Amino acid sequence: MAQVSMTVNGTPVSGEVEGRTLLSTFLRDTLELTGTHVGCDTGQCGACTIHVNGASVKSCNMFALEADGAAVTTIEGMANADGSLGTIQQAFQDHHGLQCGFCTPGMVMTAAALLEENPKPTEAEIRSYLSGNLCRCTGYHNIVKAILAASGQEVAKEFAA
Amino acid sequence: MYAFDFERPSTLDEAVAALGAEGAQALAGGQTLIPTLKQRLAMPETLVSLTGLAELKGISASGGVLTVGAASTHAEVARQTDHPGLAGLAGGIGDPHVRNRGTIGGSVANNDPSACYPAAVLGSGAMVVTNAREIAADDYFTGLFETALEEGEIITALRFPIPEKSAYVKFEQPASRFALVGVFVSKSEGGVRVAVTGASEEGVFRWSEAEAALASDFSPAALDGLSASAENLIGDIHGSPAYRAHLIGVLTKRAVAAAA
Repeated sequence: MAQVSMTVNGTPVSGEVEGRTLLSTFLRDTLELTGTHVGCDTGQCGACTIHVNGASVKSCNMFALEADGAAVTTIEGMANADGSLGTIQQAFQDHHGLQCGFCTPGMVMTAAALLEENPKPTEAEIRSYLSGNLCRCTGYHNIVKAILAASGQEVAKEFAA
Repeated sequence: MYAFDFERPSTLDEAVAALGAEGAQALAGGQTLIPTLKQRLAMPETLVSLTGLAELKGISASGGVLTVGAASTHAEVARQTDHPGLAGLAGGIGDPHVRNRGTIGGSVANNDPSACYPAAVLGSGAMVVTNAREIAADDYFTGLFETALEEGEIITALRFPIPEKSAYVKFEQPASRFALVGVFVSKSEGGVRVAVTGASEEGVFRWSEAEAALASDFSPAALDGLSASAENLIGDIHGSPAYRAHLIGVLTKRAVAAAA
């Protein structure tokens, strides 16, 4: 076992982990931040996407010890200070950007990373940026609409398939 | 996942010493290795994390050469502007999250036959710099997942001569986002290089006939009538050897058009 310390959503945290402990496991089992979902556990679906030092990563594809000293943001850090939904979360609700909701934490964290990098992405840029996040319910259209809306852009009624 | 020891050396010397131990395995960005460990396709006793080593960091251009620290992520390589062909290749690997963790050194050390970076390294005539020596790209890639690296040898940097023109075009296998076939072309004072990944049973290779045709006329038309041999090419559910041979011709033309 080894000691690991990091900042999660602005709060300093630490805990004992094994070498094999994944960052997703540390967040969910040790810190009980279960908003980060583990879907495929093979680095493909992106449900476990979080930010480490400002960069989006798949937390099931990184060891907790590799995040020692890092600043981590999870879906729990995306709400406003008063507990109301953040801009991206609200846009997902307004545009029905989810059905079962399993992929949603990863989608929101990915959208946040995209908008940080590119505040006014085109529809094509959004779809390209979502290449590491799988959704089996929505067909992606409403997710793309939600991200366009969160970026302050008008959302067209019809999309190119 | 099964249990293993996890070491985080803070200097290159410590890392080399740690990798000298029986059953030790280097861990770079982990985007290939961690899924491999989960499947128990590899079961090292000790993982030696290289991402904390200052000696492996940083990207700089000087004297017509771009030096990329081995721990540079794909996203960092994509952001540099000195070697646009390399930047374009790095920005197309995997997905945004993979690009934020995966490293150039890890990819080049692993030498997956469908990975993108080997095409850029061979197609630029780059040097692979390790803790012990420098290896020319032409001598480095020796087969499927096989390289000239000795046991415990660590890549510290890649040195790319910056070409006059270069580009990489791949035909993506849509599920894995690896290259079904990928072609990197470059034109520089030293000549033209055409490197093909994803296609051969023996890993990345140079298409010398195309290089010869492009040497006097670096244009897509120079490749008219030229076709790649299907001998020793990969055949699987995604494409036959003949299909991959066809893709090599098409993608080489597209890469030349993109570079020109």
